[in-house]
Amino acid sequence: MSTLEIRDLHVSVETKEGPKAILRGVDLTIASGETHAIMGPNGSGKSTLAYSLAGHPKYQVTSGTVTLDGEDVLALSVDARARAGLFLAMQYPVEVPGVSVSNFLRTAKTAIDGQAPPLRSWVKDVRKAMDDLRMDPAFAERSVNEGFSGGEKKRHEILQMELLKPKFAILDETDSGLDVDALRVVSEGVNRVKENPDVGVLLITHYTRILRYITPDFVHVFVDGKVAEEGGPELADRLENEGYDRFLSTATTIV
Amino acid sequence: MTTATDSLSTDHTKAVADGSHTHGVGPLPEASRASRPTSFDVADFPVPNGREEEWRFSPIDRLAPLFAGASDGVLSGHGVLTTVVEAPEVKVEIVDRGDARLGTAGTPGDRTAAVAWASYPRATVVTIPKEAVASEVTSIRVEGVEGGAQALEPSATHLLVHAEALSQAVVVIDHVGHAALTETVEIVADEGAHLTVVSVHDWAEGSVHATSHRLRIGRDATVKHIAVTLGGDVVRITPDAEFVGEGATVKMLGLYFADAGQHQEQRLFVDHAVPNCVSRVTYKGALQGEGAHTVWVGDVLIRAAAEGTDTYELNRNLVLSDGARADSVPNLEIETGLIEGAGHASATGRFDDEQLFYLRARGIPETDARRLVVRGFFAELIHEIGVPSVEERLIGAIERELEKSMSVLDGTADAHVEGSEVGLTTDGA
Repeated sequence: MSTLEIRDLHVSVETKEGPKAILRGVDLTIASGETHAIMGPNGSGKSTLAYSLAGHPKYQVTSGTVTLDGEDVLALSVDARARAGLFLAMQYPVEVPGVSVSNFLRTAKTAIDGQAPPLRSWVKDVRKAMDDLRMDPAFAERSVNEGFSGGEKKRHEILQMELLKPKFAILDETDSGLDVDALRVVSEGVNRVKENPDVGVLLITHYTRILRYITPDFVHVFVDGKVAEEGGPELADRLENEGYDRFLSTATTIV
Repeated sequence: MTTATDSLSTDHTKAVADGSHTHGVGPLPEASRASRPTSFDVADFPVPNGREEEWRFSPIDRLAPLFAGASDGVLSGHGVLTTVVEAPEVKVEIVDRGDARLGTAGTPGDRTAAVAWASYPRATVVTIPKEAVASEVTSIRVEGVEGGAQALEPSATHLLVHAEALSQAVVVIDHVGHAALTETVEIVADEGAHLTVVSVHDWAEGSVHATSHRLRIGRDATVKHIAVTLGGDVVRITPDAEFVGEGATVKMLGLYFADAGQHQEQRLFVDHAVPNCVSRVTYKGALQGEGAHTVWVGDVLIRAAAEGTDTYELNRNLVLSDGARADSVPNLEIETGLIEGAGHASATGRFDDEQLFYLRARGIPETDARRLVVRGFFAELIHEIGVPSVEERLIGAIERELEKSMSVLDGTADAHVEGSEVGLTTDGA
């Protein structure tokens, strides 16, 4: 049983005009076994939260804390955060030419576990996970993300999540750009991970569509860099009917 | 933490016939690569001053011992020893100057090549007889036999690798030890021969090396030429490939890894003088450390007679640290529109921070992530070599390069790509 705790997180990015504040005091607590959906309009800071948790150098944490079972996540390097149990499924996975998927997966698994996985069971696990995600076995020999279609990239992200077995998985708009078939395959993968009660999921999305396949325990609405409203799955239904206009007009009034 | 990549790519498949279609922008622009002087007489090449088109990137002072300026263009040193371990099907001879088989592939195109031609005491001739299929790799070791830097005697060698009609062989030339050497490697592939020549330059620190590789490729022959440059203070390699019969293919691969203070220069010339030949050039380099400098110049000339030519050349550089500089100049001249395809691409980039972030976000520590990226950068090229023993050695050599100075890898560097961008939008201008 683990807890990821985000307290009063402020994050800014460097722009030509100087630092620009994106997150303005985010509070969020996620426990193992829970699925939290973060929804919100474009530019509300959802992806910034995801990348800040993973430690992308572009984002500067100006105040606040993030702890994983009490350990200061913000003090850890990018790779140490991953080894501590955080996983970020990226919206725009990066191409790494010349590095095969199978080599990449094995290297990552070895880094996360601190030792190389036993060869026989590892090969079996990879094959099974790829099969579940309806990925062709030839995929393993391709260079990481190079020439992948949008759907292949997202499936590859979910494949990593299933194999690396994080404590907390952050999915940054994994549903964006997917057709219904790919969305279903990806959602099944997330649900397989969710079955494990030791995993917490933070699902970042712009659309309610994915929530028909993955049921969240909690829904948080992000507006202007912080949580504007929180509730259960019913909040997602309300958003589906009403959209974000209600929040946006509020935000505009404040500005 | 910024990423900057200059990327250029042009496709000249549809280029119109144009006698002056060159992208090279130098201080002394030439009308055509074809008009550059070549000669067996060293007197035809004055000692370079560094302002000449073919020397403008080179450290002239460090190469000076190979110009033989004080000895009328002739070197008399005996600083290297050539040893050959040949496949049983292959014949090796040591011949005197004047052997009629020497000097049939191309003509020296610069001072160091002419000095090499004027100076070699004896030549090594490796012959793969007609229709012979070599069952093993033939290994040639060119070793600097002098001790300290003070004792360096500038020397010259001449090597001829001759694959007779329909023969097949792999020849690996290793350059090791400590030397100041100007060298000629003639590579002759007769009709239908399949020849792979790998030249590895892994000299000891303090070495200076210029080498003129001249390829003559006969009808329906296939030559794979691979140049690997790792060690040595200055290594300048000028492979010239000339097609003399139709239906031939040349694949020229290059891999280089420059550390602090090293100058690694490769100037290629592919001369499509006859119809229906194919050339593919792929050179990739990595640079790290203060003063690491690599130069790649790729000239391709498609003469009016060379209808049906298919050519593509690519240069990629990965600049790993501050203070390193990569120059990349692809030049393509097309004198006939009746070709299959012609293109070139050049890209020089710094370490991609987004790649590193992606790998590190999967738990892979930074050093390992950098290694993965560099290994990946070279992997495809290495696999194209097709000689397993060489491939393994090169993978090992790259690991050692990475081992050597992975800790200095940080920050940014100069990256210069010039030449071809001028032609990108002004095709045929």
